[in-house]
Amino acid sequence: MDIHEYQAKALFRAAGIAVPPGEIATTPEEAETIAAEYGGTVVVKAQVHSGGRGKAGGVKLAKDAAEAKGHATAILGMDIKGLTVEKVLVTPAEDIDTEAYVGVLVDRKKQAATFMVSAEGGVDIEHVAAETPALIRKLTVDPRYGILPHQAFWLANFLYDDPSLVKQTSKMITQLYDAFVNSGASMAEINPLITTSAGEVKAIDAKMSIDDSELFRRPEVEAMRDTSSEPASEIKARAAGLSYVKLDGDVGCCVNGAGLAMATMDLVKYYGGEPANFLDIGGSSNPEKVVAALEIITSDANVKAILFNIFGGITRCDDVARGIVEATGHLDVRLPIVIRLTGTNEELALEILAQAGFPAYMSMDAVVEKAVELAAGGA
Amino acid sequence: MSIFIDNDTKLVVQGITGRDGSFHTLQMMEYGTKIVAGVTPGKGGQTFAGPDGETVPIFNAMDEAVTQTGANTSVIYVPPAFAAGAILEAADSGVALVVVITEGVPVLDMARAHAFARDKGVRVLGPNCPGMISPGQSKVGILPSHIVSEGPIGLVSRSGTLTYEAVFQLTSVGLGQTTCVGIGGDPLIGTNFIDCLEAFEADSETTGVVMLGEIGGTDEQEAAAYVSANMCKPVVGFIAGQTAPPGRRMGHAGAIISGSAGTAEEKMKAFEENGIAVAKRPADLAGLIQDALN
Repeated sequence: MDIHEYQAKALFRAAGIAVPPGEIATTPEEAETIAAEYGGTVVVKAQVHSGGRGKAGGVKLAKDAAEAKGHATAILGMDIKGLTVEKVLVTPAEDIDTEAYVGVLVDRKKQAATFMVSAEGGVDIEHVAAETPALIRKLTVDPRYGILPHQAFWLANFLYDDPSLVKQTSKMITQLYDAFVNSGASMAEINPLITTSAGEVKAIDAKMSIDDSELFRRPEVEAMRDTSSEPASEIKARAAGLSYVKLDGDVGCCVNGAGLAMATMDLVKYYGGEPANFLDIGGSSNPEKVVAALEIITSDANVKAILFNIFGGITRCDDVARGIVEATGHLDVRLPIVIRLTGTNEELALEILAQAGFPAYMSMDAVVEKAVELAAGGA
Repeated sequence: MSIFIDNDTKLVVQGITGRDGSFHTLQMMEYGTKIVAGVTPGKGGQTFAGPDGETVPIFNAMDEAVTQTGANTSVIYVPPAFAAGAILEAADSGVALVVVITEGVPVLDMARAHAFARDKGVRVLGPNCPGMISPGQSKVGILPSHIVSEGPIGLVSRSGTLTYEAVFQLTSVGLGQTTCVGIGGDPLIGTNFIDCLEAFEADSETTGVVMLGEIGGTDEQEAAAYVSANMCKPVVGFIAGQTAPPGRRMGHAGAIISGSAGTAEEKMKAFEENGIAVAKRPADLAGLIQDALN
């Protein structure tokens, strides 16, 4: 789960990191009021789950409150990479001397949190890593010890010569690790980390992604979820315990297991169709989940045919069959449904489906081909 | 022969009294897996009733279970909040292999658990995996046993049900398997493609390998390089997620395309460049491995 800059900054502040103040505005008037309170130059920053906000014109410097209002008017409602800006962060402008990069993320290969720091701040770190890897210092943290003082110092020392800046940055790196672990993050980034002419080190931008598997034990982080940019169908799916991603095609897919669900989408494409969604109904075979899945798929107006592909290992095929019959009984589904069920209790399942008048297929290719044909308007 | 599990596997089930744990313990026993113990804290001294009237002793802790029964492998069905703790306990108990079925274990918990298990020299499979099966010998996990058959093919996959689909295809053309391994869909997994490929290459009965990958990470690319550098046996593959949009998690926590990395396209290219024939759809896998064997 991605969180906004202002939310990440709140988590950073709670860990003791030096972050300039800032407040959220949802209207130009609010932005004006906040800017007036701070006095002087402020920055108005779009809050969307996307990089490249500056390039898109979503980050603007304002000399006074009136200009802040003007910028907020332009930025609120702006579209950045398909996301509508609904909030701006208003924060006092800092006197920037240097810009650096400090980030920590879970490295799949090292199987642990890994820091990356670079004196090349304010730019895309992936670009720096690809073009000039010597400008980056990396450190993998042993999860059993956490980051040790000399390790934080070693990273900070790569960024600055001045002992005071190194000391402040070492401390901040340790605090960033704490914020990362205590929020259950998979990524936390300060870009840029600035130094001021007064010799202070501050985090003026913040980015964080949270591991979805951590949210059950971190209600305070879960509360930061912004559903405004998510389709209603995805919100509903999450509530029903389904894994769903909306796509743009017209073949609705309902599959058990993530790998098979992806392979089914790919096969729809192979046969000339376009999948309308990724949907994994999961391992347990609760008929209610099937009902919820059908509700979600049919709420997508683009869908012209619905395809079930169930390989029953743990999932019992008869439960899925019952769910399909039950759901279509009270949902009034007018779209054609084609079903492939195989595995545990498949005979029982096929009997249930036959009685309800649904055609069932034994092979994945046959059912996908049929679904694509139906979505294209064939009989 | 087979890899990782066989007739000598003596299994302890962590979470044997839970809903999933008890269901799959019965399934594994029916298949013939030697289950010697169960562990559920607070239920030590009770017994678990098997399908044919046999009983399995339940212990409060792994250490007791292993000492008293000589178990050498454990399988974990406990909820996500307790899964990492169960791995640490298993790794400390003397078993050589820990299979983690649980889905949704926090990644930072797994970072600690993997580091601990590595130091102890204990192999972890998973988490978020279907386990594995060596047909005719032993099944550890949740794979449906009716689709497998004994034979010469090794299968390794990041997915659950896609594995079943591929095994089903192999079995239906008469190609049985030495071992089918689901390595799991999480970002941090204990046993990766290369570990399995190395074991299959060393296994005298395996003649060819089917490798099923998916979007996210670079494990498939590294596995492909390993195949061309270290393997004599033919390997064929499939990658799921060709139609997946970037930046979205496709069910599996590890199945996400970040930036330009982890796409199906680059993985398929890596396969082809390293002599691994790529199936366009799961139904082509059986034909490809047959061709490769001939």
